[in-house]
Amino acid sequence: MKFAVCVFPGSNCDYDTYYVIRDVLEKDVEFVFYDQKDLSRYDCAVLPGGFSFGDYLRPGALASKTPLAEAVYEFGQRGKLVIGICNGFQILTELHLLPGALLPNLNMRFVCKDVLLRVENGDTPITKELDRGDILRVPIAHHDGRYYVPEEELKEMEERGQILFRYVDQEGNPTEEANPNGSVSNIAGVMNREGNVFGMMPHPERASEDILGSHDGLMLWYSLISD
Amino acid sequence: MKRVRVLIKPKEGLLDPQGRAVEEMLRDNGFKVQHVKVGKLVEMEVEEGEDVKKLVEKFIINPLIEDYEIEEL
Repeated sequence: MKFAVCVFPGSNCDYDTYYVIRDVLEKDVEFVFYDQKDLSRYDCAVLPGGFSFGDYLRPGALASKTPLAEAVYEFGQRGKLVIGICNGFQILTELHLLPGALLPNLNMRFVCKDVLLRVENGDTPITKELDRGDILRVPIAHHDGRYYVPEEELKEMEERGQILFRYVDQEGNPTEEANPNGSVSNIAGVMNREGNVFGMMPHPERASEDILGSHDGLMLWYSLISD
Repeated sequence: MKRVRVLIKPKEGLLDPQGRAVEEMLRDNGFKVQHVKVGKLVEMEVEEGEDVKKLVEKFIINPLIEDYEIEEL
């Protein structure tokens, strides 16, 4: 399995993501830059966190109009695996590969801390090594993470199992206190209808080794590479 | 060339924390205001005949979360 880490001007989690794939997972990985449009050599495209194009206009807005984003769109449409983390998630919603949008945090602050995530669907390419209800500790670091999708669409997404993760408290309940950014229904990660494009605000690449304080994020990477 | 101004604001019904904070500040200072929205403005010069509406809807705003108005200057 060969990974592409998609690099836009202002991406800043690109090396962390590359490192986890190469050194922890021991899988093939290459950087692909925003002006490129060929992803044919890869099985999975990862859009890392950061501030692509300085978050100008809206986070992810300008990155979603680049040649690489167009290639990611086609790649995702063809059923290949696409993962967007943080700013990558924002780019995927602006690209319309994922439903919804990410608005400024309700408290208008940059929030950087560990959160608890409850797995809502354990039967996807990125969660298949986990079970529904499992709790993961993974950090977030964002200013615009308030997931929004209209109510009707949210209901449909729920029914189709498109909700991947919710922010929860120690008891595993999606309370208002456990919601770090005001996301609708405490949503931290979603997937597309077809189940091959994934987006999440938390950073699994920052929780993939014990020395980082948690290795819970590893299970997502393991899920991706396991048969 | 003509000059156009695009006014962008949070979509009606969406919680706008900036607008809410500004509204509270104005009220705290004794002004009788409500429904404050904070948005942004994009100005540009475009050639006559350019499809400004298409440009704005496809490249400038996100219709899921934003409303807009185009003004010709």
